[in-house]
Amino acid sequence: MIADVVVIGAGIVGACCARACALAGLDTVLVDRGAVASGTTGAGEGNILVSDKEPGPELDLALLSRQLWAEMAGELGDSFELDPKGGLVVAARSETLDHLRDFARAQADSGVIAEEVAASALPDHEPHISPDLAGGVYYPQDMQVQPMLAAARIIEAGVATGRLRVITGCDVTAIDRDSSGAVSGVRTSGGAIATRAVVNAAGTWGGEVAALAGVDLPILPRRGFILVTEPLPVMVRHKVYAADYVANVASDSAGLETSAVIEGTMSGTVLIGASRERVGFDKTLDWAVVRRLARQAIEIFPFLAEVQLLRTYGGFRPYCPDHLPVIGPDARVPGLLHACGHEGAGIGLAAATGVLIAESIIGASTSLDLAPFAPERFEVSRVL
Amino acid sequence: MSSEIAFTFDGAPMTAADGQSIAGALIGSGIMSWRRTRFDDQPRGVFCGIGACFDCLVTVNDEPNVRACLAQVCEGDRVMRQEGTGYGA
Repeated sequence: MIADVVVIGAGIVGACCARACALAGLDTVLVDRGAVASGTTGAGEGNILVSDKEPGPELDLALLSRQLWAEMAGELGDSFELDPKGGLVVAARSETLDHLRDFARAQADSGVIAEEVAASALPDHEPHISPDLAGGVYYPQDMQVQPMLAAARIIEAGVATGRLRVITGCDVTAIDRDSSGAVSGVRTSGGAIATRAVVNAAGTWGGEVAALAGVDLPILPRRGFILVTEPLPVMVRHKVYAADYVANVASDSAGLETSAVIEGTMSGTVLIGASRERVGFDKTLDWAVVRRLARQAIEIFPFLAEVQLLRTYGGFRPYCPDHLPVIGPDARVPGLLHACGHEGAGIGLAAATGVLIAESIIGASTSLDLAPFAPERFEVSRVL
Repeated sequence: MSSEIAFTFDGAPMTAADGQSIAGALIGSGIMSWRRTRFDDQPRGVFCGIGACFDCLVTVNDEPNVRACLAQVCEGDRVMRQEGTGYGA
């Protein structure tokens, strides 16, 4: 088999990369050792958020990606439950609200729309919210998608161009390089594919794929659990989360961190997160985490105390030491590009990541400066 | 021989063996389906039978989303077919 590009990983990032490459006229092959969305894409909530990002390269990427998601939903006929529901960040204490207000002001300079909500006005946004909160900030740009459906529909749209082939259940076993060190092909459990470009969209497993090409990429798993309630009438209208969530996301602690994140879905269930732990790839359900998540959610929405949980699920966010994704060509291996390490923001950042990767491959100027996402940045910090 | 328990299903008088699950009692009475899905209106009854799939939901004594495969029938239970989420929407 011959292809212009081989994308490794059929999660949401790989799906967006594959479609963007096909739309750019490249003959593209998408391979995954499992099924579409069988990794972290299928283990999250489907967030497209600007609210939780501090000003900087990730927020710029999120704002671009949000716009591309909205365009993609239009092009694909609203086929993946894109819901521009908005986010409501709440603070239990007035000091936390002060921090939240400062954070929102700084974000506004980057183009984030943020509206402060007084405690007395919180019920206008969320009728069932606790009366014991100090206030919050409403972010109308936050959205949600059904991530597995989105990955599938985006891949279908790529296939419909006639320039994308998809191979699932296929392990990539080697990335071949020619005498100059450039990528010349990949070998898989289903045969060899000759190609001059490989996109590593393997998410939490991106370090393993990088190693196949002989380079180091420090991506590690950060475990999270989500609780799923029985389907209810609409009780939670927005993505609602506690202000300390932002601090947890940015934290470097390896221990258990939890902060309440609550949102309804179009199927009626309420999803409750979010926990963060660095415990390797251990997927064993931890009841202490479940209890903490439930208790924190009830503090924000007291009615949840009477609601049944149907199930829980868990997964592994791919995180890098500086909490930024790795996007773009790897200067160490010509023809190798990375699109991984998006931590808990992969769904939201996927649309822009795909476009940036396609732009890089065809040699166009990229829509954003890729320097902050450069794969080699970790090597530099190590030498220093 | 175990004693009989009296309960109602959608208001109709039914009997179950003592200790039987609601699903067991309904199937024993020839009722194989007692719920329709919310979006596609498809019939549902017991699928997994071990409490994992949440397909067999019924409303019992006004409490929605009871798994018929796990809940034991109690004397006088009012078991109802569940509409929608069971919460009136």
